[in-house]
Amino acid sequence: MEIDDKLISHLAYLARLKLTDKEGQSLKGNLKEIIDYVEELKKVDVANIEPLVHTVEQTNVWREDETKPSLPADKALQNAPAKQANFFKVPKVIE
Amino acid sequence: MDNMDYKITIGLEVHTQLKTSSKLFCGCSTNFGASPNSQTCPVCLGLPGVLPVVNRKAVALAVKAALALNCKINSPTKFDRKNYFYPDLPKNYQISQYDLPLAKEGYLEIPNPKSRSPNGTETPSYDGAQSPRRIGITRAHLEEDAGKSMHSDAGYSLVDLNRTGVPLLEIVSEPDINSPDQAHQYLTALKELLIYLEISDCDMEKGSLRVDANISISPVSDVSLREVPRRASGDDEVISKSNEIASSRQGGIRNDSGETKLGVKTEIKNLNSFKFVAKALEFEANRQIELLKSGKEVVQETRLWDEDKQETRPLRSKEDVQDYRYFPEPDLEPLVINEGWIGQIRKTIPELPAARRVRFVNQYGIPEYDADVLTADKELANYFEECVKSYNSTQRERSPASGGKAISNWLMSEVAKYLNEQKMEMKDFKIKPQELVELVKFSAARQITSTAAKEVFGEMLKSGKSATAIVSEKGLLQVSDQGEIEVFVKEALKSNPQMAADYKAGKTVVLQALVGQVMRLSKGKSNPEIVRTLLQKHLSEK
Repeated sequence: MEIDDKLISHLAYLARLKLTDKEGQSLKGNLKEIIDYVEELKKVDVANIEPLVHTVEQTNVWREDETKPSLPADKALQNAPAKQANFFKVPKVIE
Repeated sequence: MDNMDYKITIGLEVHTQLKTSSKLFCGCSTNFGASPNSQTCPVCLGLPGVLPVVNRKAVALAVKAALALNCKINSPTKFDRKNYFYPDLPKNYQISQYDLPLAKEGYLEIPNPKSRSPNGTETPSYDGAQSPRRIGITRAHLEEDAGKSMHSDAGYSLVDLNRTGVPLLEIVSEPDINSPDQAHQYLTALKELLIYLEISDCDMEKGSLRVDANISISPVSDVSLREVPRRASGDDEVISKSNEIASSRQGGIRNDSGETKLGVKTEIKNLNSFKFVAKALEFEANRQIELLKSGKEVVQETRLWDEDKQETRPLRSKEDVQDYRYFPEPDLEPLVINEGWIGQIRKTIPELPAARRVRFVNQYGIPEYDADVLTADKELANYFEECVKSYNSTQRERSPASGGKAISNWLMSEVAKYLNEQKMEMKDFKIKPQELVELVKFSAARQITSTAAKEVFGEMLKSGKSATAIVSEKGLLQVSDQGEIEVFVKEALKSNPQMAADYKAGKTVVLQALVGQVMRLSKGKSNPEIVRTLLQKHLSEK
C-alpha cells in the first residue's frame, strides 16, 4: 500500500489534525512502517481460525434498565468552551 | 419513454427508539421533554475514563423486534465505533454495529394489491386469495442516538445532549419496494408492529421514529435482465456484502452480480411523516425520470425534503464520500444471545396484527374493513374481543359470529366518535366491555330505538350507570305490543285526516310522516317496523 502526501492529508482531515509539513513527513514514515508490518502479518495462514471478536473473554456484561441520577446541567456544562441558557454553544454547522 | 417504462427501486432505513427508561450505555433517563442538558452523565457526555455498560432491556427489545421481523439473530453480536465529527456527538464516534449486527435476513409482510382502481389506488387484500407481499429486511442493529442541535441565524448552534445515548434500533430494508404507496404501506405495517409489541412508541413528533429513504430509477428494458434470484439463506458472501452496502449507506443499490444494473440512487432525509415519505419519493422518482429522459445523469447525493416547497433539494454539496472508519468498540464485550433467551423472548410476542386481522374476519364474521380498523389499535382489538366474549356468554342462542358486527359498529361509530372528541385513548375509555355489550344487546334486539341507544350511551358516560338502569329509568324500552301501538296509530290517523286521504289517493310518501307522528305520540318508544305495518293495514281498510 502506498502512503503518499495525499493520503496523509486526507487522514489528517478525517482526524481534524493540523499537521506541519515536517510532522506530515514524519507520520508518513511511521505509517509506512506500520502498514508494512501488517503486510507481513497478512502472510500468516488464518484459514481455519475464528476471527477474534474481543480480546477479553467475557460476554454479556450488562446492566438492568434502571435510571440513575444525571449530572445537574451546570455541572454537565462546566467545561464547555461556550454556553448559552444551559445549551452547549458551537459554531453553526449547517448552511 | 413513458413513466411506466421505468422501474422505481426504494429501500428504507428506519430508526426507532427502544422503549427503555434508561439510556443504552448509562443510567440517564430517556424521558422526552426534560430541560436542556439535564439528562447527561460522564458516560453519555463522552468524558475521559468512563466505561459504557449495555442496557439488557434494550437488547431484549431488539431481539423481540428481530423475531417479529423474521430475522436471524447473530450470536455473538458486537458493537463498533462509527467515527465522525459533529457537535451533537460528544465522543466524536457513535457506538453502533457494523459487521455483526444483532439481526439479519428477515422480512415484513405488507398487503398485496388486490385490484388497481382506475385512479391508481390500491385496495389491500387479506382474504388469502393472494398472499401478502414480503419486503426483505437486510439487517437490524442497535446504536446510540446523538444529541439535538438548534441552529440560529446568528452563526451559532445550540446543542442539547439529553438524547445522546438513547437506544435506537436501525432497521434497514432490502430495496424491494417499488412505489411510494408501497413505502407507505411498509412503514405503516412496521410502525403497527413495533407499537403492538411495545418495542417503541413510534412517535415521529418526538423523534422516536425516523425514516431515511433511498431511491433509484432504472429503465424497464434493463430491469428484465436484473431479475436475479433472491439471495439464498446462509449465503454468507452475499450477506456480508449486503451488510457492507447497508453500512455504507448504499441501501438503495444492490449489486450482487454483473447482471444487476440499478440506477444511481439518492438518499432523502427530513421525512417527518409517512405522508412526507410518500410525497418526497413521488417527487424524487419523477425528478430522476425527467433527468434520465433528457439524457442527463442522476448524481449520488443526500437530498432534503422541503415540505413548504414540496420538493427535494441537495442537503449540501458533498466534497468527500463519508469515511466512517468503523472499528470494534474495545469498551464493550460481545453479546451472546443464546437459544434459551430467544425462546423466552419469543413467548412474549403476542398474535401479530396481520394474523389477528385474518382471524377476526374468519372467527367473528366481520368485514375486512372492520377487522382493519379494530386491529390497528391493540387496545381496541382487545376491547372488541372482550365484548364478543361477554356477548356470547350471556347469549341464549349462540353462534360463532354472533354479536361481532353489532359490536364492531358500535366501536367504529359511537365509541370512536367519543374518543376522538375527547382526544382520549382506548385504554382510558371508562365503559367496560360487558357494560357496553348490555347496551349493544338492547339495540341489536331492537328493544330500544337507535336514537334511544345513543342517548343511553351518552348517559352511561356521564353518570356511569348501567344501560339497563338508564333504559328503565327513562322508560326507553321500545313498545312492540301491537295493541299498545295500535292506540297511537288510530290517534295519528284521526288527527291527520289529510295525510290519510293523500295516502289513499296514491301519495304513499306521506307514510313516513305518519310514522313520525306515531313515534311522537309514543314518545319515540314504538317499534317503527310495527308502526309502519299497522299504518299500512289501517290505511288499506275502507
